[in-house]
Amino acid sequence: MAIRQLSAFLENKPGALVAVTEALSRAGVDMRALSVADTQDFGILRLIVNDPDAAHDALTREGILTAENPVVAVGVPDKPGALTNLVKLLAGEEINIEYLYAFLSPVKGRAFVALRVADAEKAESILSAAGFETVSEGAF
Amino acid sequence: MERRYYQPEIETMPLEKLRALQSERLVRQVRHVYENVPYYRAKMQEKGVTPDDIRGLEDLPKLPFLSKADLRDGYPYGLLAVPLSDCVRIHSTSGTTGKRVVAFYTQNDVDLWEDCVARAIVAAGGTRDDVVQVCYGYGLFTGGSGLHGGSHKVGCLTLPMSSGNTERQIQFMMDLGSTILCCTPSYAAYIGESLKERGYKPGDNKLKAGIFGAEPWTEEMRRDIEASLGIKAFDIYGLTETSGPGVAFECEEQRGMHINEDHFIAEIIDPDTGEVLPEGSKGELVFTSITKEAFPLLRYRTRDICVLSREKCSCGRTHVRMSKPMGRSDDMLIIRGVNVFPSQIETVLLNEGYTPNYQIVVDRVNNSDTLDVYVELPPEKFSDTVREVSQWEKSLASAITTMLGIKPIVHLVSPKTITRSEGKAVRVVDKRKLV
Repeated sequence: MAIRQLSAFLENKPGALVAVTEALSRAGVDMRALSVADTQDFGILRLIVNDPDAAHDALTREGILTAENPVVAVGVPDKPGALTNLVKLLAGEEINIEYLYAFLSPVKGRAFVALRVADAEKAESILSAAGFETVSEGAF
Repeated sequence: MERRYYQPEIETMPLEKLRALQSERLVRQVRHVYENVPYYRAKMQEKGVTPDDIRGLEDLPKLPFLSKADLRDGYPYGLLAVPLSDCVRIHSTSGTTGKRVVAFYTQNDVDLWEDCVARAIVAAGGTRDDVVQVCYGYGLFTGGSGLHGGSHKVGCLTLPMSSGNTERQIQFMMDLGSTILCCTPSYAAYIGESLKERGYKPGDNKLKAGIFGAEPWTEEMRRDIEASLGIKAFDIYGLTETSGPGVAFECEEQRGMHINEDHFIAEIIDPDTGEVLPEGSKGELVFTSITKEAFPLLRYRTRDICVLSREKCSCGRTHVRMSKPMGRSDDMLIIRGVNVFPSQIETVLLNEGYTPNYQIVVDRVNNSDTLDVYVELPPEKFSDTVREVSQWEKSLASAITTMLGIKPIVHLVSPKTITRSEGKAVRVVDKRKLV
């Protein structure tokens, strides 16, 4: 099962990120992973949180433009070459990765990667079939 | 049968008769002004014109023009044509482009002005059974008092809301069943958005019409407002200098605004040469007020660029129609040598699915003009990828380039971050310091 990722639109100006983090902390939301993509004008903050519904509500209430997308979260062994195997597999299946970001796991010896692809379900079944450990929302 | 005209005998007066009335009033007005306003007398003498030279409409071009600069020079009493003790009220311009202009009214001036507004309300379908919500600002600005007075004349229940406090506007609109909304078009759009946000559908209110003016708006914006509020939207035109809203108004045809010609003579001139242009030409609108007592203006240059049409109107009114102002001769920006009207950019935004809340910033960097357009990103256009959001910026920039012939830089910003107008919107910031 793909997990829900929230994306917040941030203008490139001081305080933009503060509005997001404050809204989330007031709502008691815990962030598990985040990544920022930015241009000269704006940034997009992508978030994986423990409670996407509460986070989405809290951000919208603050007037922060927020979108929701599924991403695939995959556990990979924490050793050289592990990520190569994963991206090779997807490339072989002609699955284009829009972006990805990695986050650490409290479990030693394992890292996690969040993958944004056009068809999350398809990517997930390919990865599972190849023996990769995909993570569902409950795991967070 | 709904009443179609407020003053049928005047509004449908045959053209010949209307011209005769204008001639007679003009001759009298020129004499009144010459005898009572030293400023005018000096201006006319400078041009070698006396009241005896003005025998009718055809002599109008002999009179000198009056500009906003003249009104500023004359501040505050320089153009007053009656004793101050005969005046009962003043109104004033916003003064955003310089010193304020103060206009004076006798009781008769107020009465005639309110008649003009009443014509607009009746043309929008108003009767004594209507509930008119006036959310133009009350005070020095003419919008609030003008619509308020006109609404009284028609006998409508008048809600003197003034501008702002959208929460309260909506509450009264719903609880008291407002049927006609009067405000600036940008505030009407904002109310429409706010109603939607609160979960109301266009059919949930009792509104049937809106009378919107005091700032430029486009046909696209009209369609948006009509859809979001479930109404027919009518344009109204006026300026503080000549009285206020109601100098011209739209009828059900929504094809130009009938100018109240029994009170105002309209001309279109070439803004550069001052030459009077033939009917149907695009040029600067000039007004002569022929019934005002306290603050009469002869050949006042409005700076609004528009077209007049005498084409027969199916509504039965004979008074000339003016197009929506296509820009102001002083609002027009010249960017990299190209004439740009903010309304052109607004048209593109609405066509491309954006809100009409935008800001244009013009600057000069390394001797070259820059045009930056800040636009709110609509929620449905936002996604998690930079590529998609950048794509929206690029496609909007290219649509604007197609319209203007020059390339802007488009910046998408968060919704509701561009200052909303509850009065007039500041849509243009020109940072160029040209020596």
